[in-house]
Amino acid sequence: MNEVLVTRVGFLTTVQDLGRVGHRQSGVSVGGALDTHALRVANLLVGNAAGAAGLEAGLGKLHLRFTDDRLIAWCGGAFEADVAGRILPPGQVAVVHGGEDLHLAPPSAGGRAWLAISGGVDVPIVMGSRATDRRARFGGLKGRVLQDGDPVKLGPRSPQAARIAEKLGSSRRSSWSAPNEWANTTRRHEFVRVVRGAHWSRFPPSALAAFQRETFMVTPDSDQMGVRLHGPQLMQVNPDEMLSEAVAPGTIQVPPSGQPIILLGDCQTIGGYPKLAHVITVDIAAAAQLHAGDSVRFAEVTLTDAQRWLLEREREVERFRIGLELKTR
Amino acid sequence: MEITPLGDSAVVVRVYDDFASNPEAALEAVLNAQQRLEAAAIPSVVEYVAAYDSIGLFFDPAGAIEAGASPDSILDWLKKKIFAALARPIRANKKRARSALLEIPVCYDPEYAPDLGEVAGRSGLSIDEAVRLHRSGEYRVHCVGFVPGFPYLGGLPAELASPRRANPRKSVPAGSVAIGGAQTGIYPIASPGGWNLIGRTPLRLFDPQRVPPALVARGDRVRFRSISRTEFDSWTE
Repeated sequence: MNEVLVTRVGFLTTVQDLGRVGHRQSGVSVGGALDTHALRVANLLVGNAAGAAGLEAGLGKLHLRFTDDRLIAWCGGAFEADVAGRILPPGQVAVVHGGEDLHLAPPSAGGRAWLAISGGVDVPIVMGSRATDRRARFGGLKGRVLQDGDPVKLGPRSPQAARIAEKLGSSRRSSWSAPNEWANTTRRHEFVRVVRGAHWSRFPPSALAAFQRETFMVTPDSDQMGVRLHGPQLMQVNPDEMLSEAVAPGTIQVPPSGQPIILLGDCQTIGGYPKLAHVITVDIAAAAQLHAGDSVRFAEVTLTDAQRWLLEREREVERFRIGLELKTR
Repeated sequence: MEITPLGDSAVVVRVYDDFASNPEAALEAVLNAQQRLEAAAIPSVVEYVAAYDSIGLFFDPAGAIEAGASPDSILDWLKKKIFAALARPIRANKKRARSALLEIPVCYDPEYAPDLGEVAGRSGLSIDEAVRLHRSGEYRVHCVGFVPGFPYLGGLPAELASPRRANPRKSVPAGSVAIGGAQTGIYPIASPGGWNLIGRTPLRLFDPQRVPPALVARGDRVRFRSISRTEFDSWTE
Protein backbone atom coordinates (compact mmCIF):
# COMPACT_ATOMS: atom_id res chain seq x y z
CA MET A 1 0.00 0.00 0.00
CA ASN A 2 2.98 2.27 0.58
CA GLU A 3 1.21 4.71 2.77
CA VAL A 4 0.94 5.86 6.31
CA LEU A 5 -2.44 6.49 7.82
CA VAL A 6 -2.92 9.58 9.93
CA THR A 7 -5.10 8.11 12.67
CA ARG A 8 -5.19 11.28 14.72
CA VAL A 9 -3.68 14.59 13.84
CA GLY A 10 -2.45 17.31 16.14
CA PHE A 11 -2.63 21.00 15.61
CA LEU A 12 -1.35 22.09 12.18
CA THR A 13 0.47 19.11 10.70
CA THR A 14 1.51 19.66 7.08
CA VAL A 15 3.57 18.00 4.36
CA GLN A 16 6.77 20.05 3.84
CA ASP A 17 10.10 19.83 2.06
CA LEU A 18 12.91 22.38 1.78
CA GLY A 19 10.61 24.88 0.08
CA ARG A 20 9.48 26.21 -3.27
CA VAL A 21 12.50 28.08 -4.55
CA GLY A 22 12.42 30.12 -7.77
CA HIS A 23 8.88 31.51 -7.76
CA ARG A 24 9.19 34.58 -5.58
CA GLN A 25 8.89 36.59 -8.82
CA SER A 26 5.24 35.47 -9.01
CA GLY A 27 4.64 36.29 -5.37
CA VAL A 28 4.91 32.67 -4.22
CA SER A 29 6.41 32.17 -0.75
CA VAL A 30 9.40 29.90 -0.35
CA GLY A 31 7.60 28.11 2.48
CA GLY A 32 8.67 24.55 3.19
CA ALA A 33 9.75 23.38 6.64
CA LEU A 34 10.05 26.41 8.92
CA ASP A 35 13.34 24.85 10.08
CA THR A 36 14.75 23.35 6.90
CA HIS A 37 17.88 22.22 8.73
CA ALA A 38 15.88 19.99 11.09
CA LEU A 39 14.02 18.31 8.21
CA ARG A 40 17.27 17.85 6.28
CA VAL A 41 18.95 16.12 9.23
CA ALA A 42 15.92 13.85 9.82
CA ASN A 43 15.95 12.95 6.11
CA LEU A 44 19.64 12.01 6.14
CA LEU A 45 19.04 9.79 9.20
CA VAL A 46 16.47 7.66 7.33
CA GLY A 47 18.49 7.49 4.10
CA ASN A 48 16.43 10.01 2.14
CA ALA A 49 17.73 12.76 -0.08
CA ALA A 50 17.99 15.93 2.03
CA GLY A 51 15.10 17.51 0.15
CA ALA A 52 12.56 14.67 0.51
CA ALA A 53 9.16 15.67 1.86
CA GLY A 54 8.34 14.92 5.49
CA LEU A 55 5.80 16.08 8.03
CA GLU A 56 5.91 19.30 10.04
CA ALA A 57 4.02 18.81 13.29
CA GLY A 58 2.71 21.82 15.19
CA LEU A 59 1.88 21.80 18.89
CA GLY A 60 -0.01 18.72 19.87
CA LYS A 61 -0.57 15.07 19.34
CA LEU A 62 0.07 13.16 16.17
CA HIS A 63 -0.70 9.47 15.71
CA LEU A 64 0.41 7.64 12.59
CA ARG A 65 -0.22 4.01 11.64
CA PHE A 66 2.21 2.45 9.15
CA THR A 67 1.15 -0.08 6.53
CA ASP A 68 4.65 -1.33 5.66
CA ASP A 69 8.18 -1.31 7.11
CA ARG A 70 9.82 2.10 7.23
CA LEU A 71 12.61 3.99 8.94
CA ILE A 72 11.64 7.10 10.85
CA ALA A 73 13.51 9.93 12.55
CA TRP A 74 12.55 13.34 13.85
CA CYS A 75 14.15 16.59 15.00
CA GLY A 76 12.59 19.60 16.71
CA GLY A 77 11.18 20.88 20.01
CA ALA A 78 10.74 18.95 23.26
CA PHE A 79 8.15 16.49 21.97
CA GLU A 80 8.00 12.89 23.15
CA ALA A 81 7.82 10.28 20.42
CA ASP A 82 7.26 6.58 20.77
CA VAL A 83 7.27 3.85 18.18
CA ALA A 84 5.33 0.70 19.02
CA GLY A 85 5.60 1.62 22.69
CA ARG A 86 9.32 2.42 22.75
CA ILE A 87 10.63 5.96 23.16
CA LEU A 88 12.33 7.40 20.09
CA PRO A 89 14.57 10.34 21.05
CA PRO A 90 15.10 13.10 18.48
CA GLY A 91 18.00 12.58 16.11
CA GLN A 92 17.93 8.75 16.21
CA VAL A 93 16.54 6.45 13.57
CA ALA A 94 14.11 3.60 14.28
CA VAL A 95 12.48 0.79 12.34
CA VAL A 96 8.70 0.81 12.31
CA HIS A 97 6.87 -2.26 10.99
CA GLY A 98 3.61 -2.38 9.07
CA GLY A 99 0.71 -2.18 11.55
CA GLU A 100 2.74 -0.31 14.14
CA ASP A 101 2.12 3.23 15.36
CA LEU A 102 4.11 6.35 15.95
CA HIS A 103 2.82 8.66 18.66
CA LEU A 104 4.09 12.19 19.02
CA ALA A 105 2.99 13.73 22.34
CA PRO A 106 2.65 17.50 22.85
CA PRO A 107 5.89 19.28 23.66
CA SER A 108 6.84 20.58 27.09
CA ALA A 109 8.74 23.36 25.34
CA GLY A 110 9.14 24.46 21.77
CA GLY A 111 6.46 24.37 19.17
CA ARG A 112 7.35 22.32 16.13
CA ALA A 113 8.91 19.01 15.05
CA TRP A 114 9.91 17.57 11.68
CA LEU A 115 9.43 13.88 10.93
CA ALA A 116 11.17 12.05 8.10
CA ILE A 117 10.03 8.66 6.81
CA SER A 118 12.21 6.54 4.50
CA GLY A 119 10.95 6.92 0.95
CA GLY A 120 9.59 10.36 1.77
CA VAL A 121 6.01 11.58 1.57
CA ASP A 122 4.87 11.21 -2.01
CA VAL A 123 2.46 13.99 -2.91
CA PRO A 124 2.46 15.60 -6.37
CA ILE A 125 5.23 18.10 -7.09
CA VAL A 126 3.65 21.51 -7.72
CA MET A 127 5.88 24.33 -8.98
CA GLY A 128 8.98 22.33 -8.15
CA SER A 129 8.09 21.37 -4.59
CA ARG A 130 5.91 19.15 -2.42
CA ALA A 131 5.60 21.81 0.30
CA THR A 132 2.12 22.85 1.45
CA ASP A 133 1.37 26.50 0.68
CA ARG A 134 -1.39 27.03 3.21
CA ARG A 135 -2.10 30.62 2.27
CA ALA A 136 -2.55 29.94 -1.45
CA ARG A 137 -3.91 26.42 -0.77
CA PHE A 138 -1.79 24.27 -3.05
CA GLY A 139 1.03 21.74 -2.74
CA GLY A 140 1.27 19.16 0.05
CA LEU A 141 -1.85 17.09 0.60
CA LYS A 142 -4.56 18.97 -1.34
CA GLY A 143 -3.08 22.28 -0.23
CA ARG A 144 -4.26 21.87 3.35
CA VAL A 145 -3.27 20.69 6.82
CA LEU A 146 -3.62 16.97 7.51
CA GLN A 147 -6.89 15.67 8.92
CA ASP A 148 -7.80 12.60 10.96
CA GLY A 149 -7.98 9.55 8.74
CA ASP A 150 -5.93 10.97 5.86
CA PRO A 151 -3.92 8.30 4.03
CA VAL A 152 -0.55 9.76 3.08
CA LYS A 153 1.32 8.05 0.25
CA LEU A 154 4.99 7.21 0.72
CA GLY A 155 7.70 6.88 -1.92
CA PRO A 156 10.02 3.93 -2.62
CA ARG A 157 12.80 3.40 -0.07
CA SER A 158 16.33 4.22 -1.20
CA PRO A 159 19.22 1.72 -1.24
CA GLN A 160 20.71 3.74 1.61
CA ALA A 161 17.51 3.21 3.66
CA ALA A 162 17.81 -0.53 3.04
CA ARG A 163 21.42 -0.52 4.23
CA ILE A 164 20.47 1.40 7.39
CA ALA A 165 17.62 -1.06 8.12
CA GLU A 166 20.05 -3.96 7.69
CA LYS A 167 22.57 -2.30 9.99
CA LEU A 168 19.91 -1.80 12.66
CA GLY A 169 18.95 -5.48 12.43
CA SER A 170 16.82 -6.51 15.38
CA SER A 171 17.85 -3.58 17.57
CA ARG A 172 15.06 -1.42 16.10
CA ARG A 173 16.76 1.82 17.11
CA SER A 174 20.11 3.31 16.16
CA SER A 175 22.97 3.55 18.62
CA TRP A 176 24.09 6.61 16.68
CA SER A 177 22.37 9.96 16.56
CA ALA A 178 22.62 13.39 15.04
CA PRO A 179 24.44 16.06 17.09
CA ASN A 180 22.21 17.00 20.00
CA GLU A 181 21.83 20.66 19.06
CA TRP A 182 20.52 19.64 15.61
CA ALA A 183 18.20 16.94 16.96
CA ASN A 184 16.69 18.77 19.89
CA THR A 185 16.13 22.33 18.75
CA THR A 186 14.41 23.45 21.94
CA ARG A 187 15.88 26.87 22.66
CA ARG A 188 18.77 26.65 25.09
CA HIS A 189 18.76 30.34 25.98
CA GLU A 190 16.66 33.45 25.46
CA PHE A 191 18.84 35.03 22.80
CA VAL A 192 18.32 34.95 19.07
CA ARG A 193 21.20 36.38 17.06
CA VAL A 194 20.56 39.07 14.46
CA VAL A 195 22.37 41.23 11.92
CA ARG A 196 21.35 44.83 11.20
CA GLY A 197 18.61 45.50 8.66
CA ALA A 198 18.52 48.19 5.97
CA HIS A 199 16.44 50.57 8.12
CA TRP A 200 18.34 50.16 11.40
CA SER A 201 19.37 53.84 11.37
CA ARG A 202 15.76 55.03 10.98
CA PHE A 203 15.28 54.13 14.63
CA PRO A 204 16.46 56.43 17.45
CA PRO A 205 19.19 55.23 19.84
CA SER A 206 16.59 54.63 22.56
CA ALA A 207 14.65 52.21 20.33
CA LEU A 208 17.84 50.42 19.25
CA ALA A 209 18.92 50.09 22.89
CA ALA A 210 15.50 48.70 23.84
CA PHE A 211 15.62 46.23 20.96
CA GLN A 212 18.98 44.89 22.13
CA ARG A 213 18.38 44.96 25.89
CA GLU A 214 14.74 44.29 26.57
CA THR A 215 12.73 41.09 26.53
CA PHE A 216 9.93 40.56 24.00
CA MET A 217 6.96 38.23 24.45
CA VAL A 218 5.50 36.10 21.65
CA THR A 219 1.79 36.88 21.11
CA PRO A 220 -0.91 34.31 20.27
CA ASP A 221 -1.56 35.69 16.75
CA SER A 222 1.82 34.34 15.58
CA ASP A 223 1.75 31.75 12.80
CA GLN A 224 3.88 30.18 10.07
CA MET A 225 4.14 33.58 8.34
CA GLY A 226 5.57 35.41 11.30
CA VAL A 227 6.29 35.50 15.03
CA ARG A 228 4.51 38.57 16.44
CA LEU A 229 6.14 40.15 19.45
CA HIS A 230 5.03 42.37 22.28
CA GLY A 231 7.54 44.55 24.11
CA PRO A 232 8.89 48.09 24.19
CA GLN A 233 7.49 50.14 21.29
CA LEU A 234 10.13 50.67 18.62
CA MET A 235 9.18 53.95 16.97
CA GLN A 236 11.02 55.42 13.98
CA VAL A 237 12.40 58.94 13.88
CA ASN A 238 10.65 59.86 10.61
CA PRO A 239 8.02 57.27 9.76
CA ASP A 240 7.95 57.87 5.99
CA GLU A 241 5.83 55.74 3.75
CA MET A 242 8.15 53.15 2.14
CA LEU A 243 8.06 51.33 -1.18
CA SER A 244 7.68 47.58 -0.79
CA GLU A 245 10.80 45.54 -1.45
CA ALA A 246 12.09 42.02 -0.90
CA VAL A 247 11.81 40.47 2.55
CA ALA A 248 13.07 37.06 3.66
CA PRO A 249 12.42 34.48 6.37
CA GLY A 250 14.22 35.89 9.42
CA THR A 251 13.53 39.53 8.56
CA ILE A 252 12.42 41.51 11.64
CA GLN A 253 10.04 44.19 10.42
CA VAL A 254 8.43 46.90 12.49
CA PRO A 255 4.89 47.97 11.53
CA PRO A 256 3.53 51.38 12.66
CA SER A 257 2.46 49.87 16.02
CA GLY A 258 6.17 49.64 16.93
CA GLN A 259 5.78 45.95 17.82
CA PRO A 260 8.22 43.87 15.76
CA ILE A 261 7.41 40.75 13.72
CA ILE A 262 9.96 38.02 12.89
CA LEU A 263 9.06 36.69 9.44
CA LEU A 264 9.08 32.90 8.98
CA GLY A 265 9.12 30.65 5.89
CA ASP A 266 5.55 31.31 4.71
CA CYS A 267 6.04 35.09 4.70
CA GLN A 268 5.17 37.32 1.75
CA THR A 269 7.84 37.90 -0.87
CA ILE A 270 7.81 41.72 -0.59
CA GLY A 271 6.90 44.03 2.26
CA GLY A 272 6.69 47.73 2.99
CA TYR A 273 7.53 47.91 6.70
CA PRO A 274 10.98 49.03 7.86
CA LYS A 275 13.45 46.19 8.29
CA LEU A 276 15.16 46.64 11.62
CA ALA A 277 17.20 43.42 11.65
CA HIS A 278 17.39 39.84 10.40
CA VAL A 279 17.64 36.61 12.39
CA ILE A 280 20.78 34.86 11.14
CA THR A 281 20.21 31.65 9.20
CA VAL A 282 21.66 29.31 11.83
CA ASP A 283 19.23 30.78 14.42
CA ILE A 284 16.11 30.34 12.25
CA ALA A 285 15.78 26.97 14.04
CA ALA A 286 15.32 28.83 17.34
CA ALA A 287 12.88 31.34 15.81
CA ALA A 288 10.82 28.46 14.41
CA GLN A 289 10.31 27.13 17.96
CA LEU A 290 8.89 30.37 19.36
CA HIS A 291 5.26 30.15 20.38
CA ALA A 292 2.74 32.21 22.31
CA GLY A 293 3.95 33.15 25.79
CA ASP A 294 7.65 32.56 25.08
CA SER A 295 10.10 35.35 25.79
CA VAL A 296 12.95 36.25 23.46
CA ARG A 297 15.85 38.69 23.39
CA PHE A 298 18.07 39.78 20.52
CA ALA A 299 21.85 39.91 20.28
CA GLU A 300 23.58 41.65 17.38
CA VAL A 301 26.42 39.84 15.54
CA THR A 302 28.38 40.78 12.43
CA LEU A 303 27.39 39.67 8.96
CA THR A 304 30.75 37.94 8.53
CA ASP A 305 30.23 35.89 11.70
CA ALA A 306 26.69 34.97 10.63
CA GLN A 307 27.99 33.71 7.30
CA ARG A 308 30.96 31.94 8.92
CA TRP A 309 28.66 29.98 11.26
CA LEU A 310 26.42 29.06 8.35
CA LEU A 311 29.41 27.81 6.32
CA GLU A 312 30.66 25.80 9.31
CA ARG A 313 27.26 24.20 9.73
CA GLU A 314 27.11 23.30 6.04
CA ARG A 315 30.51 21.59 6.31
CA GLU A 316 29.36 19.71 9.41
CA VAL A 317 26.20 18.51 7.64
CA GLU A 318 28.35 17.19 4.81
CA ARG A 319 30.62 15.37 7.30
CA PHE A 320 27.53 13.99 9.03
CA ARG A 321 26.15 12.70 5.71
CA ILE A 322 29.43 11.01 4.80
CA GLY A 323 29.70 9.55 8.32
CA LEU A 324 26.26 7.95 7.97
CA GLU A 325 27.24 6.44 4.62
CA LEU A 326 30.47 4.99 6.02
CA LYS A 327 28.58 3.53 8.97
CA THR A 328 26.30 1.56 6.71
CA ARG A 329 28.71 0.51 4.00
CA MET B 1 22.91 52.35 -6.99
CA GLU B 2 22.95 50.92 -3.53
CA ILE B 3 23.36 47.29 -2.39
CA THR B 4 22.16 46.48 1.14
CA PRO B 5 22.33 43.11 2.91
CA LEU B 6 18.98 41.42 3.57
CA GLY B 7 20.21 39.05 6.28
CA ASP B 8 23.17 36.72 5.67
CA SER B 9 21.96 35.12 2.42
CA ALA B 10 20.36 37.91 0.38
CA VAL B 11 20.85 41.52 -0.70
CA VAL B 12 18.61 44.28 -2.05
CA VAL B 13 19.90 46.21 -5.05
CA ARG B 14 18.26 49.64 -5.44
CA VAL B 15 18.34 50.52 -9.14
CA TYR B 16 16.33 53.77 -9.20
CA ASP B 17 16.35 56.65 -6.76
CA ASP B 18 13.20 58.62 -7.45
CA PHE B 19 10.25 56.33 -7.99
CA ALA B 20 7.73 58.97 -6.87
CA SER B 21 8.46 61.38 -9.70
CA ASN B 22 8.84 58.76 -12.44
CA PRO B 23 7.37 55.32 -11.73
CA GLU B 24 7.58 54.34 -15.40
CA ALA B 25 11.35 55.01 -15.52
CA ALA B 26 11.80 53.07 -12.28
CA LEU B 27 10.00 50.09 -13.83
CA GLU B 28 12.25 50.24 -16.91
CA ALA B 29 15.34 50.42 -14.69
CA VAL B 30 14.18 47.36 -12.72
CA LEU B 31 13.40 45.38 -15.89
CA ASN B 32 16.77 46.25 -17.43
CA ALA B 33 18.68 45.41 -14.26
CA GLN B 34 16.83 42.12 -13.92
CA GLN B 35 17.65 41.19 -17.51
CA ARG B 36 21.34 41.91 -16.97
CA LEU B 37 21.46 40.01 -13.68
CA GLU B 38 19.75 36.99 -15.21
CA ALA B 39 22.07 37.05 -18.23
CA ALA B 40 25.12 37.21 -15.94
CA ALA B 41 23.97 34.09 -14.01
CA ILE B 42 26.12 34.99 -11.00
CA PRO B 43 27.26 31.76 -9.31
CA SER B 44 25.53 31.05 -5.96
CA VAL B 45 22.52 33.25 -6.79
CA VAL B 46 19.35 31.24 -6.29
CA GLU B 47 16.59 33.65 -7.27
CA TYR B 48 15.50 37.26 -7.70
CA VAL B 49 12.50 39.19 -6.49
CA ALA B 50 12.01 42.53 -8.18
CA ALA B 51 9.91 45.30 -6.65
CA TYR B 52 9.13 48.97 -7.50
CA ASP B 53 12.67 50.34 -7.53
CA SER B 54 14.75 47.41 -6.33
CA ILE B 55 15.71 43.80 -6.89
CA GLY B 56 16.17 41.35 -4.05
CA LEU B 57 18.76 38.73 -4.82
CA PHE B 58 18.94 35.51 -2.81
CA PHE B 59 22.20 33.57 -2.70
CA ASP B 60 23.86 30.62 -1.03
CA PRO B 61 27.00 31.65 0.90
CA ALA B 62 28.48 28.14 0.51
CA GLY B 63 28.03 28.44 -3.26
CA ALA B 64 29.80 31.81 -3.19
CA ILE B 65 32.81 30.20 -1.49
CA GLU B 66 32.89 27.44 -4.12
CA ALA B 67 32.84 30.15 -6.81
CA GLY B 68 35.88 31.84 -5.33
CA ALA B 69 34.65 34.23 -2.62
CA SER B 70 36.71 34.43 0.53
CA PRO B 71 34.77 33.56 3.72
CA ASP B 72 35.33 36.97 5.33
CA SER B 73 34.32 39.06 2.32
CA ILE B 74 31.37 37.27 0.69
CA LEU B 75 29.34 40.48 0.51
CA ASP B 76 32.14 42.38 -1.28
CA TRP B 77 32.58 39.52 -3.73
CA LEU B 78 28.85 39.50 -4.51
CA LYS B 79 28.67 43.31 -4.84
CA LYS B 80 31.51 43.21 -7.37
CA LYS B 81 29.70 40.55 -9.41
CA ILE B 82 26.46 42.56 -9.32
CA PHE B 83 28.14 45.81 -10.40
CA ALA B 84 29.90 44.00 -13.24
CA ALA B 85 26.63 42.39 -14.37
CA LEU B 86 24.78 45.71 -14.37
CA ALA B 87 27.55 47.52 -16.24
CA ARG B 88 27.60 44.99 -19.07
CA PRO B 89 25.94 46.20 -22.29
CA ILE B 90 23.08 44.09 -23.59
CA ARG B 91 23.63 42.83 -27.14
CA ALA B 92 21.19 44.24 -29.69
CA ASN B 93 19.67 40.84 -30.47
CA LYS B 94 19.05 40.31 -26.77
CA LYS B 95 17.03 43.51 -26.33
CA ARG B 96 13.94 43.01 -24.27
CA ALA B 97 10.83 42.30 -26.31
CA ARG B 98 8.10 44.92 -26.03
CA SER B 99 5.97 44.11 -23.02
CA ALA B 100 2.93 41.94 -23.54
CA LEU B 101 -0.49 43.64 -23.66
CA LEU B 102 -3.19 41.78 -21.78
CA GLU B 103 -6.87 42.55 -21.99
CA ILE B 104 -8.66 41.59 -18.81
CA PRO B 105 -12.45 41.28 -18.83
CA VAL B 106 -14.11 42.85 -15.79
CA CYS B 107 -17.71 42.73 -14.68
CA TYR B 108 -18.53 45.97 -12.83
CA ASP B 109 -21.91 44.59 -11.62
CA PRO B 110 -22.90 46.17 -8.25
CA GLU B 111 -22.71 42.78 -6.55
CA TYR B 112 -19.02 42.53 -7.45
CA ALA B 113 -18.32 46.22 -6.84
CA PRO B 114 -19.41 47.05 -3.28
CA ASP B 115 -17.00 50.00 -3.03
CA LEU B 116 -17.46 51.48 -6.51
CA GLY B 117 -20.03 54.06 -5.34
CA GLU B 118 -17.69 55.36 -2.68
CA VAL B 119 -14.71 55.49 -5.08
CA ALA B 120 -16.77 57.40 -7.67
CA GLY B 121 -18.36 59.70 -5.11
CA ARG B 122 -14.99 60.82 -3.77
CA SER B 123 -14.33 62.66 -7.08
CA GLY B 124 -17.94 63.55 -7.77
CA LEU B 125 -18.20 60.98 -10.58
CA SER B 126 -21.19 58.86 -11.47
CA ILE B 127 -20.66 55.10 -11.33
CA ASP B 128 -20.71 54.89 -15.15
CA GLU B 129 -18.07 57.63 -15.41
CA ALA B 130 -15.87 55.85 -12.86
CA VAL B 131 -16.15 52.56 -14.81
CA ARG B 132 -15.40 54.34 -18.09
CA LEU B 133 -12.32 55.93 -16.53
CA HIS B 134 -11.11 52.62 -15.10
CA ARG B 135 -11.41 50.77 -18.39
CA SER B 136 -10.03 53.63 -20.50
CA GLY B 137 -6.59 53.48 -18.93
CA GLU B 138 -3.56 51.48 -19.96
CA TYR B 139 -1.81 50.10 -16.92
CA ARG B 140 1.55 48.52 -16.26
CA VAL B 141 2.45 45.78 -13.80
CA HIS B 142 4.99 47.28 -11.40
CA CYS B 143 5.10 44.39 -8.99
CA VAL B 144 3.70 40.92 -8.43
CA GLY B 145 3.30 39.91 -4.83
CA PHE B 146 1.30 40.09 -1.61
CA VAL B 147 -0.28 36.78 -2.61
CA PRO B 148 0.77 34.61 -5.60
CA GLY B 149 0.01 36.36 -8.88
CA PHE B 150 -1.35 39.63 -7.41
CA PRO B 151 -0.44 42.42 -9.90
CA TYR B 152 0.16 45.94 -8.62
CA LEU B 153 -0.88 48.10 -11.56
CA GLY B 154 0.36 51.66 -12.06
CA GLY B 155 -1.38 54.15 -14.32
CA LEU B 156 -4.68 54.59 -12.45
CA PRO B 157 -6.47 57.85 -13.41
CA ALA B 158 -5.95 60.23 -10.46
CA GLU B 159 -9.73 60.71 -9.99
CA LEU B 160 -10.02 57.04 -8.97
CA ALA B 161 -7.28 57.00 -6.34
CA SER B 162 -8.79 55.91 -3.00
CA PRO B 163 -7.21 55.18 0.36
CA ARG B 164 -7.25 51.60 1.61
CA ARG B 165 -10.25 50.74 3.77
CA ALA B 166 -9.91 51.41 7.50
CA ASN B 167 -11.21 47.92 8.25
CA PRO B 168 -9.79 45.34 5.84
CA ARG B 169 -12.17 42.56 4.78
CA LYS B 170 -11.47 39.13 6.24
CA SER B 171 -11.99 37.53 2.84
CA VAL B 172 -11.97 39.15 -0.58
CA PRO B 173 -13.24 36.80 -3.34
CA ALA B 174 -10.82 35.57 -6.02
CA GLY B 175 -10.89 37.70 -9.17
CA SER B 176 -11.85 40.91 -7.34
CA VAL B 177 -10.58 44.03 -9.10
CA ALA B 178 -9.68 46.66 -6.56
CA ILE B 179 -8.19 50.07 -5.94
CA GLY B 180 -5.66 50.77 -3.18
CA GLY B 181 -4.16 54.26 -3.07
CA ALA B 182 -2.95 55.25 -6.54
CA GLN B 183 -2.87 51.65 -7.78
CA THR B 184 -5.32 49.10 -9.04
CA GLY B 185 -4.90 45.37 -8.63
CA ILE B 186 -6.60 41.99 -8.85
CA TYR B 187 -6.94 39.43 -6.05
CA PRO B 188 -5.92 36.09 -7.65
CA ILE B 189 -7.10 33.96 -4.73
CA ALA B 190 -9.54 34.56 -1.89
CA SER B 191 -7.60 36.37 0.81
CA PRO B 192 -7.97 39.08 3.43
CA GLY B 193 -7.65 42.53 1.86
CA GLY B 194 -8.06 46.24 2.47
CA TRP B 195 -8.46 47.57 -1.10
CA ASN B 196 -11.71 48.99 -2.49
CA LEU B 197 -13.58 46.41 -4.61
CA ILE B 198 -14.87 47.79 -7.92
CA GLY B 199 -15.43 44.72 -10.10
CA ARG B 200 -14.52 41.12 -10.74
CA THR B 201 -12.77 39.21 -13.54
CA PRO B 202 -13.63 35.63 -14.47
CA LEU B 203 -9.98 35.00 -15.40
CA ARG B 204 -7.77 32.90 -13.12
CA LEU B 205 -4.79 35.08 -12.34
CA PHE B 206 -2.93 32.31 -10.57
CA ASP B 207 -3.07 28.59 -11.21
CA PRO B 208 -0.22 26.50 -9.77
CA GLN B 209 -0.88 23.78 -12.39
CA ARG B 210 -0.45 26.17 -15.33
CA VAL B 211 2.86 27.20 -16.92
CA PRO B 212 3.55 29.94 -16.02
CA PRO B 213 1.27 29.92 -12.99
CA ALA B 214 0.86 33.71 -12.85
CA LEU B 215 -1.17 35.25 -15.69
CA VAL B 216 0.65 38.58 -15.55
CA ALA B 217 4.33 39.40 -15.10
CA ARG B 218 6.18 42.54 -14.13
CA GLY B 219 6.31 45.00 -17.01
CA ASP B 220 3.19 43.67 -18.77
CA ARG B 221 0.72 46.25 -20.06
CA VAL B 222 -2.89 45.73 -19.02
CA ARG B 223 -6.25 47.04 -20.23
CA PHE B 224 -9.65 46.33 -18.77
CA ARG B 225 -12.71 45.47 -20.87
CA SER B 226 -16.17 45.74 -19.39
CA ILE B 227 -18.30 42.57 -19.60
CA SER B 228 -21.92 42.01 -18.62
CA ARG B 229 -23.10 39.82 -15.77
CA THR B 230 -24.31 37.27 -18.34
CA GLU B 231 -20.88 37.13 -20.00
CA PHE B 232 -19.25 36.77 -16.60
CA ASP B 233 -21.56 33.94 -15.55
CA SER B 234 -21.09 31.99 -18.77
CA TRP B 235 -17.31 32.57 -18.96
CA THR B 236 -15.21 29.50 -19.72
CA GLU B 237 -11.45 29.68 -19.96
